[in-house]
Amino acid sequence: MNAFLSAAGLLPDQSGHFGTFGGRFVPEALIAALDGLDAAYRHAQADEAFQAEFGRLLRDYANTPSPLYRADRLSAHAGARVFLKREDLNHTGAHKVRNVLGQALLTKRMGKPRVIAETGAGQHGVASATACALLDLECVVYMGEEDTRRQALNVARMRMLGATVVPVTTGSKTLKDAINEALRDWVTNVDTTHYLLGTAAGPHPFPAMVRDFVSGISVEARRQILEQTGRLPDAVAACVGGGSNAIGAFHAFVPDESVALYGFEAGGDGVETGRHAASITGGSTGVLHGARTYLLQDEDGQTIESHSISAGLDYPAVGPEHAYLHDTGRASYEPVTDAEAMAAFKLLCRVEGIIPAIESAHAVAGALRVIPKLAADLGREPVVVICLSGRGDKDMDTARDFFGV
Amino acid sequence: MSTVSVSVAFEKARAEGRSALIGYLPAGFPTVPGAIDAIKAMIDNGVDIVEVGLPYSDPVMDGPVIQRATEAALAGGFRVADGLRTVEAVAAAGAPILVMTYWNLVERYGVERFSADLAAAGGAGLITPDLIPDESGPWLEASDAHDLDRVFLVSPSSTDARIAMTAGRCRGFVYATSVMGVTGARSSTSTAAPALVERIRAASKAADQHVPVAVGLGVSNGDQAAEVGAFADGVIVGSALVRCLQDAATPAEGVAAIAALSADLAEGVRRR
Repeated sequence: MNAFLSAAGLLPDQSGHFGTFGGRFVPEALIAALDGLDAAYRHAQADEAFQAEFGRLLRDYANTPSPLYRADRLSAHAGARVFLKREDLNHTGAHKVRNVLGQALLTKRMGKPRVIAETGAGQHGVASATACALLDLECVVYMGEEDTRRQALNVARMRMLGATVVPVTTGSKTLKDAINEALRDWVTNVDTTHYLLGTAAGPHPFPAMVRDFVSGISVEARRQILEQTGRLPDAVAACVGGGSNAIGAFHAFVPDESVALYGFEAGGDGVETGRHAASITGGSTGVLHGARTYLLQDEDGQTIESHSISAGLDYPAVGPEHAYLHDTGRASYEPVTDAEAMAAFKLLCRVEGIIPAIESAHAVAGALRVIPKLAADLGREPVVVICLSGRGDKDMDTARDFFGV
Repeated sequence: MSTVSVSVAFEKARAEGRSALIGYLPAGFPTVPGAIDAIKAMIDNGVDIVEVGLPYSDPVMDGPVIQRATEAALAGGFRVADGLRTVEAVAAAGAPILVMTYWNLVERYGVERFSADLAAAGGAGLITPDLIPDESGPWLEASDAHDLDRVFLVSPSSTDARIAMTAGRCRGFVYATSVMGVTGARSSTSTAAPALVERIRAASKAADQHVPVAVGLGVSNGDQAAEVGAFADGVIVGSALVRCLQDAATPAEGVAAIAALSADLAEGVRRR
């Protein structure tokens, strides 16, 4: 089966709803473009030539399937057989390359010459600029002004790849405002422009389409764990910001009821402090950026700014399918604080020689926390797959400040 | 309650052989009382229907002028309850008051509760820039229960089928966004607008409905109002009015500028 065909794709429904979540809460001006995107995506799903090209780029350009690595020293530390899905080894250093290649190919197919994208720390911006360079598309990346200063190296990367980086000076000058500005651009230039959204959130069809493009993570991991151990894992763990690596890591396992699914949100200073990015465990339901989902909001419904040491998780909402998996109980979501994530970051460096993205370190920290309970429930050593969604080179400034090295 | 309904305001304008003038200002800018004074000045100087905007943290349909104003209102501590108080304060001033709001504020307040409180404040209904009829089940019910108008937007990119569906759900008027883009004054009005208005009228006629069509996005002066008024039932002005308040040195000067622009626009829609 092709990696991006959905393994259990019964949801969303025709209009993009996962139960009461998802849908389209956008200006009417975008509906024609979303319908066009939905139609193009459905055709591409059924088009062997498209899938062959997507498969070729994933294999020869992006370096997937990524390895599923049995991490023995981490396993000994954790009290479980831990396997790391090495998305950090993909081209551009994270799972995001899967999504940008899929959407950039779709952009070519729709005959649109221009791509816009939002970025927080710059990882999705770099990935988008990469795919646009590869496929000869104009690329404009919206990035909060604060972030352009903090992530100057990624701004340089995007510019080297030929993208235009537009600093966003409105609102809180962060990722959510970069998304607002990208949506404003899209409303204005929708005839010529595709909005290459970086996560499995936003209006339909983005949550389902992005999920399908990144679902290779779990399709591969499921096959690999069966090959290596002859059995399914007891649990799959991933970090959740907008939620694309997590939905990709969960998707093929959703029908496997024996596999527990854990999403670890950014707990920042602790959910109880109010300074966090844990939309599900510390937020409430509402509408933001085109979908009904869990978000951080005040009494009036105004969005509250999120806080996390990890820029990639620093977003005040979450993809609607995670909201659904939470409400149905199929997946469990828990917050992981900055301090817990950084401890796991250091641990992985020291016991496995892998410097993870701080995002991914949240998944490692969360897994370490739930493994004792899993082991107790099972009465044996659990088998756990952790999605190592990205590498940590980009986080060295943060790590240096945190650890004083 | 409002002294006039939206449909009566359109009928009155039609009887005078002109289009209706619809003016937008956000609640809470420059202050809650300042916005109330400015809205009253619009009504006193010829605005037929008022849109009161509720400041929201993530206004994706708004250009820089309205963004700056609503950000300032929020920074000043604006609450949704202040928006309802604003409606109440201007409801008896002689023009119907519609609230223009991003959907999450209503969803958070509770659709039914918001509708009840809006009706009690004398509001005429809602304009919902990021709510399409497809997602509006609870609002369709609540607006019927409380006899509120509901204004959805259509765009030049909307298909005929969506125009017919959306116009069929509108009560009060259909909001035609004349250009692809966000709010903001433009030096010339759109060439796409007349065609869009015709498509909406054709769809309404086919369904035997006669809901008025108002055109917004980009109108900033009497000349443009006259141009748009020649083919639309209503002319919507927003950013140009907001700019009057932003550019003024004092609140009193802002209100005076609102009065002058409203009078110019009102003259525009009456021009032959």
